[in-house]
Order: sequence, then C-alpha cells, then structure tokens
Amino acid sequence: MRMESANEIDSLQSPRSVSNLRIVATLAWRYLWRNYRRTLIMLAAISIGVWAMIFMTALTRGMVDEMIESSVKTFIGHVQIHHPQYRSDPSVNNSMAPPSQQLRDYLDQSELNWGMRLRVPAVISSERESLGVFLMGVEPDKELQLSKISNQINVGRFLESIDDRGIVIGAKLARRLDTELGKRVVIMTQDPDNNIADKGFRIVGIYHAEIASQEEQFVFVGLETAQTLLGIGEKVSEIEVQGSNFRNVDGFYQVIKELVPNEEVLPWTESDPYLGSMLDVMDGSIYIYIVVIFLVLSFGLVNTLVMAVFERVREIGLMLALGMRGRLIMQQVLLEILFLLLLGLCLGNLLVWATVWPIRDGIDVSVVAEGMAMMGGGSTIYPAVYISDVLVANGVVIVLGLLAAILPAYRASHYDPVRALNKT
Amino acid sequence: MLELRLAWRNVWRHPRRTWLTVAAMVFCNVLLVFLIALQLGNYQMMIDNTLQAFSGHIQIQKAGYQDEPSLRKSIDNIRDVESSLNDYLINQQSASNANTPSSSPRYHISSRAMGFALLSSEERSYGVQVIGVNPDEEPSVSTLPGLIVEGSFFESGQLENNRKGIVVGKVLANNLRVNIGDSITLLGSGRDGTMAADVLVVVGIFESGMVDMDRSLAQISLSHFQELFSMAEGGHVVVIKANEFSQAEGLYQAALQWLNASTVPDGQDLTVLNWDALHPGLKQAIQADMGSAIFMYAVLVVLVAFSVMNTQLMSVLERTREFGVVMSLGLRAGQLARLVLLETSLMAGLGLVLGVIGGGILVGYLNVNGFSISGMEEMASRFNMSPVMYPQISFISIFSGPLVIFICSLLAAVYPALRLHFLRPIEAMRAV
Repeated sequence: MRMESANEIDSLQSPRSVSNLRIVATLAWRYLWRNYRRTLIMLAAISIGVWAMIFMTALTRGMVDEMIESSVKTFIGHVQIHHPQYRSDPSVNNSMAPPSQQLRDYLDQSELNWGMRLRVPAVISSERESLGVFLMGVEPDKELQLSKISNQINVGRFLESIDDRGIVIGAKLARRLDTELGKRVVIMTQDPDNNIADKGFRIVGIYHAEIASQEEQFVFVGLETAQTLLGIGEKVSEIEVQGSNFRNVDGFYQVIKELVPNEEVLPWTESDPYLGSMLDVMDGSIYIYIVVIFLVLSFGLVNTLVMAVFERVREIGLMLALGMRGRLIMQQVLLEILFLLLLGLCLGNLLVWATVWPIRDGIDVSVVAEGMAMMGGGSTIYPAVYISDVLVANGVVIVLGLLAAILPAYRASHYDPVRALNKT
Repeated sequence: MLELRLAWRNVWRHPRRTWLTVAAMVFCNVLLVFLIALQLGNYQMMIDNTLQAFSGHIQIQKAGYQDEPSLRKSIDNIRDVESSLNDYLINQQSASNANTPSSSPRYHISSRAMGFALLSSEERSYGVQVIGVNPDEEPSVSTLPGLIVEGSFFESGQLENNRKGIVVGKVLANNLRVNIGDSITLLGSGRDGTMAADVLVVVGIFESGMVDMDRSLAQISLSHFQELFSMAEGGHVVVIKANEFSQAEGLYQAALQWLNASTVPDGQDLTVLNWDALHPGLKQAIQADMGSAIFMYAVLVVLVAFSVMNTQLMSVLERTREFGVVMSLGLRAGQLARLVLLETSLMAGLGLVLGVIGGGILVGYLNVNGFSISGMEEMASRFNMSPVMYPQISFISIFSGPLVIFICSLLAAVYPALRLHFLRPIEAMRAV
C-alpha cells in the first residue's frame, strides 16, 4: 500500500503523467464529439435540468422570503417580548412594564430597530355598525421602521406622536362601518378592572393593506393615548425587535432572553409557527426537488455512458492490448462525463441568468392574489437566486454525475483485452 | 404482426439500454402518479374541510353581503325563502329522477343570521361574530355542532334551553374564562339601531381546530337572534351543503334557475354564491399551487423525453447499415419510421404499464393508510387540513402523468424516425 501511494505521488509529479493526462483529456474530448448528436441531446437535458433546479428554487425562495419579510413587517418582528400569558389571553391584564434601562441600552447599542405597542381587543362603532378589532397603541416614529403601516396610508395622515388624539383605520373597515376620514368613531375596550373604557376618536387616516383582512383587523392610536384610555400608566403589551435579516435572529434573541427573564421572549419562527415551519419545509423540499431532477437526469447520463463505452469496446481492447493501463481508461471515461457535465452546467447556468434577468422586477401573479394571500404571499414573485443554491445544484450534478459514471467506467477499464478485441 | 415481432426484438437489442430508459419512465411515472394523487387528495380535503365546517357549498345572500357584510343587508322572511328554494330543488330532483322517486335529498339546507356583538363574562369582554342558527337544521349543514367538546349543541324542541343558550368556540371560552353553565352578557345594536342586550348561558363549547373560528364565533338560536337584533323574520344567508362535492355544481345551477324563475317572494335583491365565490382564496391557492406543480412535472417529462430521444437516436444510428440493406430490398423510409415509432410505443408502453402498476400500488396503500410528513402540521392546519394526507385514487390521478409521458416519448422519437427519410441506401450500407 505504502509503496503504491508513494509511486502514485511520484508519477503524478513526473512530466510523463502530465502528458498522460493531456492525452487522456484529448481522447475524452474527442470521444465526446464522436457522436455529436447524442452529446447535444445530453447537453440539452443537463442544462434544462440544472436550469429547472435553480430557476424553480429561485422562485420558491423569492416567494417565501417575501412572505416572511412581509409577515415580519406585519407586527411579528424578528423577536417579540410579551407577558407570559399574553399570547393565550391577549387582555390588558396581561401587559407588562416598559423595557428596563439595561434592555434599552442593549437594543440601542446593537443598532436594532425596536418599539413598544399596546395591543388589546376592542369594539369600534360608527353611527351604523359595530365591529371587533385589535386596538394598537403605537409609537408612530418607531413604526416607520418596524411595520409597513405608515407607508400604506391612502387618505389623510398617519399618527404623528404617541399622544396623537386621532385614529387610523383600514379602508375595508371604513367601508363596513360606513364612515370616512374626519368622522368620529367610538372605541370600546376593557380596562384592568373589567370596566368598559370608551372614547371617541376622529379618523385622521385610512390605510390600505396588501391583505384585505388586515384592514379589518387593526386600528391605530397613539401609545400614550391608549395607555391613558385604559389607565395602565406606562405598561405595554409587546416589545418588538427587528435586526437586519430574518435568518440571523438567534444572536440578539439569546441576549434579550437573558435580559428579560420574567417575560416571554419569542423569535418569529415561534411567534408564527406556520412561517417557521414554512422555512424548514421549503429548505427540505428544495433539496428533494434538486435530487429528484438529478435522478431523472441520471438515467439518461448512465445510458449515454454505457452506450459510449459499449460502441468502442474493441478500441478499448486494443488500447489495453497495446499496454495502456486500466486506470487511464477509467480516467478517460470519467473525464468524458466530466466534460459533458461541465458543459451542461455552463449552459444551464447561462440559461438561469438569461431567464432570471428579464423577470428581476418580479412576476405578476395577481390573478391568484387571494390564494397567495391565503398562503401568506404577495401578488408579485421576485426570483431570489442564492449563491448557495446555485452551488448545491451544480455540486449535486457534478458529484452524483461522476458517481453514476463510476460503474460503467470501472467496467470499461477491466475488460479482458482479448475478448474485447474479438467482440463484434 | 411481423412488424410487431420485429419491433419487440429490436427493443431488446440492448437490454441494458432499454431497461435504463424504461427505468427513467417508470421512476417518473411513479413519481407523477404519487404527486398528482397526493395533490388532488389534498385539494379535495382542503375544499371539503373548509366548506363542511361552516360555509357550505352554496349560499343565498343579499347582493353585496359577501364583500361587506352588514346587519342591514338582510333577507326578509328568510324561512320562506329557504322553503321556496328547497321546494324548487326537490321538484327538480324528482323531475330528473322520475324513476327513482324515493331517492334521498342530495343536500341539506338551513338559514342563518349573522351579526356582531360584544360578549362579556365577569372577567373579560370580546367582540365576536354571533350567528343565529336553526337548531334543527344546523347540524346537517355544518360540522361545528358535531365538534362540541363540552356541553351540547342546542337540542331541538327544548325551547327554553335554546332561547337563552349560547354555543362558543373553545378559544373564546378560554379567553372569556367561562365554562358550561356560566352566564355571558351579549351587547350589540339591532337592525333598527336599538340596543340588543341579553344575558345568555353557555350550553356548548366547540373546538374545530381552526383557531380563527374557535376564537371569534358564537352561536345562538335563529329565533332568539331575530328577537334580539330586531330582525323580525329576517336572516342573512341560506346555506346549502351538498352531500357530495361533485353535486355542488348541479345544485348551484339549480339555485340560479330558482333565482331567475321569479318564484322568490318579494323579489328581493338576492344572489347565489358558489363555493369558489365564498372562498376566493381557496380556489386561487389551489390554482397557484397547481401552476408551480405543473412546471415541475413539465421539467420531469421533458427530461424523460430527452432520454427517450437519445435512446431511439442511438438505436437508429447503429442500424444504419441494416436499414440500408432493407431499403435497398424495397422497404420504404416511411415503413421504417413506423417501425421506429412502434418500437418507441412498445418501450413507452412498458414504462406506462410498470409505472401505473407501481404508482397504483403506492397510492392504493397510502390511500388506505394515509401518511404524514413531520413538521407539516402547522402548514396543514393553515389550509384546514389534517396532518395525515390521503392521496386520491381516480382515473386522472393515476393515468394523467403516465399518459403524458407516453405521448411525449412518442413525440421525442419523431426526430430519430424522421432522419430515416434522409437515408440513402447505398451510402447507408457502407456506413461503419
């Protein structure tokens, strides 16, 4: 064993093995084009396969990224802090003290966006209708970074300060309440002593959300206004924190958890388990998809290679008889498939670029907008080509492709020269 | 017959090559059968679970109620409307089934009124949707009455019980901190603007597993709803639940005819809504999912087609001399092309049969036993599905994938077959 491996290193470095490799590579290249039609068909199959792997992955990634980002911006955030009972019982009794100085310092120093909200169920009434909503007491300047709401105002304005006396409601809610900008609505909710707390608000703004059901769900007032209405001093229902990327949440999540031991601290994957499992399921299904496409492709690959070897059994026999070593035959067959794979991958990746570039501004899927909304997605899909996905797809094709080629290559290198020569 | 034998032998010229190509087809066929059956099964489960839970397949509403529900958009004398529609549908059914008059109805029908109210217990208040239901008919159009986990649904006949009783969702009961027998104060405003207020007793708690419903629905009896909300004999929707999803379209058409046949009392401004209008998101979610699935299937089919094209091209090219000989003996290129296509059909047919058998066994097994993917529970519940999936067995689910692959394989063999027309016997015979 040692002798052999020493020999191998020796021979690899010797000029002779370099020229061997060059000869083998030339042979492999020429063999590849011997039957150019077959090679072209295989190239087409490989490049379409690789294209489909990356293109479909890019669309799925784009859709899910968009889904998660838009949910994060819809009052889920990256990390949320609540009273331990708040999520099962979103009542004003389950509110908590505003963040400690320590937490504030950490959040500000880490350059995280954060804000506080009061979120309680309430009844909103116009002269004609009453409906159930969530009353959101917000810090208007913080919402600018945390949610999309301040950019979705259709008519009027968003709240200006935490003691703003106006209310902002959704367009659909306004229609159902039969009310409009400038009119008054009454908010009724429950204070900590189970008494009804109610107050009239003037509608200062009407917002339009991508998902219509949201418009009926949330109404916004200033945080301080809401706290005064409920008589709970400085208390809040939730603290929301957002970093730069939904994939890197764990770092600051752990720190916040340490800093706030008595409250419930949740990353978005747990605040919205649907979204969290979505990400896992997607990661898994992308790889399954890539492997399935490869498997279908591999039948063709192996077939081509078996044929390519079969039709030159006599030549291989002749080479073996002339003293060419089996290892070189194997190298040559493997190089042949490697060239084929590399060419196919180049074409496939070019095809990806050529198809993704024209749709970089998104594909409009608004015909099925409500269905997408049900899945949590928007009405435009932006393809997201991740370098890691491209590498995985290309890697899978090269590595598994060569693995699939090993058996035919091995058989070719172990022909008995005499029999191979006599084969008709 | 001779051609067939010739073709069959040609197929087995290179057993390994043929098997590899057939294996590609079988792999794809099994995959397609499985995926399509699973998809159709899931869609059906999504539709059934969503519709049967509450909304039914068809609803009659006042025009505009669906988009912007309001207490004022009500149907007057809703029980009359319901029985008029019911009579029409029964007449129609017995007309079409004249020879089997005793057939049981294909559907169930009921009326509801819906409004908004604030429910308060001693400790908590929540604004919820209050539904007035007909205690006798509701259990046949909705699965909620069957999902009572504590107490019971309104019992027919027990008027006093029904009058003061309220059925709430599990999450709502928890939020309100009430149990069976506790009182809840209902506060809302009636149709004419008067106050609707009453103290009700919790008689039942349902748990549907759909958090939105469990959190925001409460049911009281229709007659009490009408009284509380000053609705006179009015209501908001007439619900029709078909026994089988396949009958829904026929019932929808019949209901449309009823609407046009001016048998409607008072000539109210009514509309008939089919399930896809009641749940526009549902149908579109299915379409969106179908779109991406078809893309994936298409890629698989194309790859298999390339594999077949390659195999057949090889098999044509390696027989150049042989073809040259038979052509110089008088065989025409068209006949040879037919032979090549026949060989392809045999090979593709083999793939089809094995694929359908394999896929059928897999789907048949899973159809009985069901299967689940861990980690999918959250996603399943979002679409009202149980985490255990059952692939659907139907002609379409089993055969559509394999047939498409069969046809595309034949199309892929056209190129090799056409090449035969460019063959010159003399040159071909000399080919190496």
